[in-house]
Amino acid sequence: MAEEKLKKPEEMFDVSLTPEAGDWMEPAVSFRKGTYCYGAPLKHQRYLDLPNQREWQPGDADWKLPPDWKETILEGMERLIKRHRSFRLFLDICVRCGACADKCHFFIGSGDPKNMPVLRAELLRSVYRRYFTPEGRIFGRYAGARDLTEDVLKEWFYYFFQCTECRRCSVYCPYGIDTCEITMMARELLNLVGCNIQWVIEPASNCFRTGNHLGVPPHAFQETLGFALDELKDLTGIAIEAPINRKGAEVLFVAPSADYFASPHWYTFLGYLMLFHEIGLDYTWSTYASEGGNFGLFHSMELAKRLNAKIYAEAKRLKVKWVLGGECGHMWRTLHQYMDTFNGPADFLEEPVSPLTGTRFENARSTKMVHITEFTADLLYHNKLKLDKSRNDQWKITFHDSCNPARAMGLFEEPRYVIRQTCNHFYEMPENTIREKTFCCGSGAGLGADENMEIRLRGGLPRANAVKYVKEKHGVNMLACICAIDKAALPPLLEYWVPGVGVCGVHELLGNALVMKGGQERTTNLRGEPLTPPDEATDVR
Amino acid sequence: MDIKDFLAQKREVVLKRWLELILDTYPADAANFLRLEKDRFKNPVGHVLTQGTGILYDALLDEKDPDDIKKALDDIIRVLAVQDLMPSQAIAFVFQLKQAIREEAGQAICGQDLFDALSHYEVKIDTIALCAFDVYARCREEVHSVRSSEIKTERDMAIRLLNMLKRSEKQ
Repeated sequence: MAEEKLKKPEEMFDVSLTPEAGDWMEPAVSFRKGTYCYGAPLKHQRYLDLPNQREWQPGDADWKLPPDWKETILEGMERLIKRHRSFRLFLDICVRCGACADKCHFFIGSGDPKNMPVLRAELLRSVYRRYFTPEGRIFGRYAGARDLTEDVLKEWFYYFFQCTECRRCSVYCPYGIDTCEITMMARELLNLVGCNIQWVIEPASNCFRTGNHLGVPPHAFQETLGFALDELKDLTGIAIEAPINRKGAEVLFVAPSADYFASPHWYTFLGYLMLFHEIGLDYTWSTYASEGGNFGLFHSMELAKRLNAKIYAEAKRLKVKWVLGGECGHMWRTLHQYMDTFNGPADFLEEPVSPLTGTRFENARSTKMVHITEFTADLLYHNKLKLDKSRNDQWKITFHDSCNPARAMGLFEEPRYVIRQTCNHFYEMPENTIREKTFCCGSGAGLGADENMEIRLRGGLPRANAVKYVKEKHGVNMLACICAIDKAALPPLLEYWVPGVGVCGVHELLGNALVMKGGQERTTNLRGEPLTPPDEATDVR
Repeated sequence: MDIKDFLAQKREVVLKRWLELILDTYPADAANFLRLEKDRFKNPVGHVLTQGTGILYDALLDEKDPDDIKKALDDIIRVLAVQDLMPSQAIAFVFQLKQAIREEAGQAICGQDLFDALSHYEVKIDTIALCAFDVYARCREEVHSVRSSEIKTERDMAIRLLNMLKRSEKQ
């Protein structure tokens, strides 16, 4: 909702609903509550030793920038251009064909042209042209170049924190420009003058201090794990054990911290514990590598690397053979695309091999880290688990491909295989809204705060629209996903756009269906809801 | 000719003009996209505007279930309520139907002496606008309620873990 402007008496009836046709090169941003995230708190800026430490909010008129802010940004841009060949290439080669323009969920939901990926990137490119290309230096605006001003900086902040780095636009770019990397570079530049948001900096600071985004210390992690085991004993009648920091285990398991401290993530967490017990996996949790997610990725490559280092360090300390990772989104972009060069090579680890099926995970030969849906799908393929699908009969399920596992890993079939093996009712959303074309939840890359709910709802519209379609067509009432941010962000999104559809993890479905050796008869699902009588019909598409 | 038959005959041109007036409230680049992209999944906003305006126009001419009218209003306004619009801008589209009818059929209506009959339909449009205001207010309340329920979910989980802690300390 926009804010009312005071009018003079003679202007009262001068009403025009047509927006003024402004020049895109003129920065015009209004920081209205609901459309931006709060600035990073001072104590967390201090903890991470960030530049230009101060209390500030994006809605303030004075951003308290350092006197030499402009030089700092331009020097930073020069450094990034030299360091990342891809960045310079992406700035130079775009021909503004517009193939990406209508692919961004924020543009589709808002109708704001500066949310077209091409135009969002132009906000940065125009400054690059002005200071780093001969034609921009000489011809200025005529060459699409503009001066770096404080208003331009504010516009960067506004729009680059309205990009969830989901990379849907890059799928359609004929040149392969990864607009997500443009956003990453723009955010790196903003960081140089101390402009980042609470929902990125606070989790990153917590992670640096305790090993996880929520700031859970080791003893609290241990107690939480204990609570989960107590719940599982009540549910299954089985006393499950979950080793922590055990040296010499075969596998180190790393999950996003939301799995053991948030809802509905908790039920996925229970699913992991049941699975590992049932197959007798020789594994361990770690109180140090107690977070797979990496909010450093939404700040800078340096911070992402610092936060990621703990995974290999802990794998080495505990002398495990390989690493298994839980259901998370951007965690897997970091692990799959960056970890090897950030902190590898992990030559002290072995190529992952499933101890139950003997399957070699050749795709993880280099990183030595396997996604849990790959691991579980392999177990199911080899009939290593006994399942009762009817325990998920109360749900008609659809699957949301989380952006990073889909577009950064190509992980399409494994989660679907697990769902089809564990549920009787599964329906796909329309083809152009799933797999590599999946629509983002609208809350990734640090935008999952509550103060910017209006922006999140706009960005989430295309995803919710496809969910609404399968709800109306097939009666879908549960959306499964494999991302911790999705599990947090999609419930409010669906509550607004498609009431009556819940959100769960894939391993929650597995936990429900898993028939455990020596287990008591189950009367409820993992959520404590009574099981419905089994359906005769199955409908898995 | 009866005004109702006349408006029914003009349905397509009036709807086309009405949609144009609504799309003109968006920046030109966005309006082009909303106008041209016909896939309902690639262009959900354009889809709800096209579908919703058609349902509302038909409801104007025939007796419709009020729930159908409210649903069509809800589909459109739920989107407009989270876009960068003033409340008045978000429900202005209803009044733009009057403008569309007068622009596309006004002259013929005058010529056939149907102007008084038209006022009956304009009162109905005003009533739909009042409904639209209710729907807008409800959608904005929901924006805030989903925000508070998200915070409540986090708090409930913290309390649940706290209670488990208390229980384990007692044991």
